[in-house]
Amino acid sequence: MAEEKRLMKGNEAIAEAAIRAGCSAYFGYPITPQNELTAYMAKHMLDKKRVFIQAESEVSAINMVYGAAAAGARTMTSSSSPGISLKQEGISYACGADLPCVVVNVARSGPGLGGISPGQADYFQSTRGGGHGDYFHIVLAPKSVQEAADLTYKAFELADQWRMPVMILADGLIGQMMEGVIFQPAIDPASLPRKPWATGHQADTHREINHISSIHLVPAELEASVRARFKRYDQIKAVESRYEEVNVDKAELIMVGYGTSARVALGAMELARKQGIEVGLFRPITLWPFPDKRLGELAAKGKRFLSVEMSMGQMIEDVKLAVNGKAEVSFYGRCGGMIPTEEEVLAEIRRILKK
Amino acid sequence: MELIYGHPKSLKPIQTKYCPGCGHGVIHRIIAEVIDEMGVQERSIITNPVGCSIWSDLYFDFDSVQPAHGRTPAASTGIKRMLPDHLVICYQGDGDLAAIGTAEIIHAANRGEKFTTIFVNNAIYGMTGGQMAPTTLIGQKATTAPYGRDPGEAGMGYPIQVCELLATLGGTKYLARGSVNNAANIRKTKQYIKKAFEAQLRGEGFTMVEVLSACPTNWGMQPVQAEEWLEGNMIPFYKLGEIKNTLAGSEGGTASSSTNGGAK
Ligand SMILES: Cc1ncc(C[n+]2csc(CCOP(=O)(O)OP(=O)(O)O)c2C)c(N)n1
Ligand code: SF4
Ligand SMILES: [Mg+2]
Repeated sequence: MAEEKRLMKGNEAIAEAAIRAGCSAYFGYPITPQNELTAYMAKHMLDKKRVFIQAESEVSAINMVYGAAAAGARTMTSSSSPGISLKQEGISYACGADLPCVVVNVARSGPGLGGISPGQADYFQSTRGGGHGDYFHIVLAPKSVQEAADLTYKAFELADQWRMPVMILADGLIGQMMEGVIFQPAIDPASLPRKPWATGHQADTHREINHISSIHLVPAELEASVRARFKRYDQIKAVESRYEEVNVDKAELIMVGYGTSARVALGAMELARKQGIEVGLFRPITLWPFPDKRLGELAAKGKRFLSVEMSMGQMIEDVKLAVNGKAEVSFYGRCGGMIPTEEEVLAEIRRILKK
Repeated sequence: MELIYGHPKSLKPIQTKYCPGCGHGVIHRIIAEVIDEMGVQERSIITNPVGCSIWSDLYFDFDSVQPAHGRTPAASTGIKRMLPDHLVICYQGDGDLAAIGTAEIIHAANRGEKFTTIFVNNAIYGMTGGQMAPTTLIGQKATTAPYGRDPGEAGMGYPIQVCELLATLGGTKYLARGSVNNAANIRKTKQYIKKAFEAQLRGEGFTMVEVLSACPTNWGMQPVQAEEWLEGNMIPFYKLGEIKNTLAGSEGGTASSSTNGGAK
């Protein structure tokens, strides 16, 4: 039976999708603008006799995730920027121990306590391995409530497939706005295959004992383990990079934007078209791995780029790395919880194109 | 023929890296003996902390999970909630439990998480080389308390009695303090651990056994001298016994209220 379209907030859609993806344990700590997500999980996880804990801090929540993941469960935590900073310790450990989990950042604007309005200034933290050590993890950036739900299912699959934390980087606007959403059918957590590397259930198979750990005190062993992980990263880069393109063939200038910025860019594109200016949008859906190959191809075709962000310019560094000097890259951004308007972006396009 | 005494199955037959006279090895052994007696080796999981006992996963012959420093009770929470019929052992040092992980232990205890904490109190940071711990006694020297722990002018705080601190929390059902300084105390400590593990598997609530344990290396003592120091200095301050026992079928409340003949 086809699922009905429901009108929901982004935060709730992520929560519902996580439950349907077979998440059997959620751990969170209150923070705006993601509180609806935690509240939805409380109600519906407890209804389904799954595990919901309001932890004493984000530090604890991510370490509960670490434990649940080590026990083989599909597990998730969510927070917003200041709380994600606290989770970075746990994310580094989970990456070092190759534990799958889903971390949602409904980002606000910083630094420090900053404000509760939407922001994209956590790009560096999310895509560069925000904690200590040599590591990366997949980062998915939804631009709508529907995509937030779809990427949540995907996040659990990717986490299990690649044995790593997967972050959903939304922002307060995606979390708070209401749109129509159709959900995929629910998966029963009990139907998911057991993970052979996880702890527990040894009595069923009498397998060898399993250790979950990130420690390697012998430098050569640690190097070998990091190198093995980076080989996996290369495979991920080869097959998992995702993006959306709009009007890039005809465009004189291609805007690059993700999440809320991409929505603004689409609006600016329409305004430009009415004035006879053809621009396009390249929207990374995976921020790590960044879809650099395709951007490089577009650069080789002589395109020029405008990175549109809700930050002082973070993703633009990846855009520049991708085009590798072959094209001009400009920047337009607002920060502090301010969202660029379509008119502002159009004005920047006209300034760049001298039109 | 019945084997009266042998190496526990749940402990690998290898020599540990612990220093001579260290309590960790003895504590490992009695944990393993209890697990063997209960027949739950293949259902046991230990979270080994950041501290000297980070090596315990080399020695215990069952699954293990190694979390970040102090986050051991949070990780144990995640594991036990997913595997409620398993024996989950949250092994912690005094720095791990009573300094960096204070929030995690208090809230895990208060939620009544159904794992057992084995809290190894050696009054020092062993692994990092002898810094002051929250449990370091007044006057006791450490690399970061070179003139002895001074709660007064130097503002170094007072040694924390963790069992007594946790006893006020509704989620805690069994809190006992043992010591591994002599054979009699080792036997008693083993009984406490068994009681706690059995209560855990009955799903009663939070259980913890604190174990006073020597660190001759960082106390700057010979092993025998270290056991004497533990007996003469730690035991008078960290009282041995069942500090709180509200397990089903037991008489007790908290030790202070039962000795006062007070309310249960
Ligand atoms: C976040 C973090 N801070 C500090 C350390 C360094 N460190 C490792 S073990 C330890 C103290 C261990 O002392 P304790 O918990 O008493 O265990 P013991 O070695 O005495 O058994 C510290 C501070 C660390 N590994 N991680
Ligand atoms: S330093 Fe202390 S606690 Fe660590 S192994 Fe040696 S004696 Fe044991
Ligand atoms: Mg110690």
